[in-house]
Amino acid sequence: MSNEKVIIAKRIAEELHDGDVVNLGIGLPTLVANYLPEGVDIFLQSENGMLGVGPAPEKGKEDPDLVNAGGAHVTARRGASYFDSATSFAIIRGGHVDAAVLGALEVDQTGNLASHKVPGKMIPGMGGAMDLATGSKKIIIGTLHTNGGKPKILKKLTLPVTAKGVVKMIVTEKAVIEVTPGGLVLKEIASGTTVDEVVACTEADLMISPDLKKF
Amino acid sequence: MKNKVVTLGEAVNRIKDGASIMVGGFLSVGAPVSIIDAIHKKGIKDLTIIANDTSVPGVGISKLIAAKQVKRVIVSHIGTNPETGKQMMEGSLDVQLVPQGSLAEKIRAAGAGLGGVLTPTGVGTETADGKQTIVIENREFLIELPLGADFAILGGTVSDTFGNTFYNQTTRNFNTLMATAADTVIVETRKIVERGELDPNQVMTPGIFVDHIVRSNSNE
Repeated sequence: MSNEKVIIAKRIAEELHDGDVVNLGIGLPTLVANYLPEGVDIFLQSENGMLGVGPAPEKGKEDPDLVNAGGAHVTARRGASYFDSATSFAIIRGGHVDAAVLGALEVDQTGNLASHKVPGKMIPGMGGAMDLATGSKKIIIGTLHTNGGKPKILKKLTLPVTAKGVVKMIVTEKAVIEVTPGGLVLKEIASGTTVDEVVACTEADLMISPDLKKF
Repeated sequence: MKNKVVTLGEAVNRIKDGASIMVGGFLSVGAPVSIIDAIHKKGIKDLTIIANDTSVPGVGISKLIAAKQVKRVIVSHIGTNPETGKQMMEGSLDVQLVPQGSLAEKIRAAGAGLGGVLTPTGVGTETADGKQTIVIENREFLIELPLGADFAILGGTVSDTFGNTFYNQTTRNFNTLMATAADTVIVETRKIVERGELDPNQVMTPGIFVDHIVRSNSNE
């Protein structure tokens, strides 16, 4: 596990509140569950039809009927529930998810998200991502700041849009960026980095918060 | 009353080349794997498969795709089965990708007698291409049309001989929706009990939706 991903997961975990219904995308976002602050208990929702997803079972105790949306074996926490896909997406699309933490291929400065397709190269399908991005109360993007040095936070998407104007917050290993109607505001930078360094690897225009913090 | 319990062979004999088939399950959890295996062995081809995903290599629907028995899939995600993407790129498999929540609602609409559903999901994206939109209270929605099929094959946990069916834990997923939306509905189930033995509180698919019941070969 890269240290950068842990930095991102820990910072996003601070955004979650006790009692929140949260959907964590596959990959980096799932790490967030490992770093919840003391006293914060959340309900994890999984697209395949479950609320109250618990940690992976002990080896040998896997239940083939109990998986998350990534197909991984999970456990059910006290108070968990199961439901069909229509109910699952009523929760998602209907605004009953307090926060969705999603990965991104690109994000732009109007909050547009691209996460489901690289034409000609990677076409896995959107799965539940379009519904999550459209219906969740707060979309937090957890992503490495660049793709091997190539900026992912752009003025304008180059890839097909997954949902328009939905991203509220972007957390990378270098920065916390808020998406506002006026554009992107750099709210926090990671310890060990500088504003100049963040600006240099961000293609989008960044306004620097007068109250800039370190994390 | 007609006996709905049939053998795997009898059930699969009803499915012909060119059929459209809804397949319950999510990454094959809650999928009718014995029926799929029988379709695979029998070589029924030119199928249209409607499902959440195309499974993972070696399990469930992916066997039909690997054997080139499928001409079209209507699914939300293919990323877990590289063969689907390969056949799509080669042009031998028609892949229609639908947002997962819209797929659920399209199927529900077909089964519920609705003319379609209005969803904000996909507005302003490629998903909206060729679709009507409508503005209601200043918000734009896509019109997603109903999606039905010739057959639905489902993965139940316990069914009674009338077809009332219970799905354990996360095996429910698309099964209950698909049960309403196909001309012929076949439930593969791990345990068959006499009519009346399944607590009505546990019934997730009412038996009226089910035409045939098959006992699963699967150990799970």
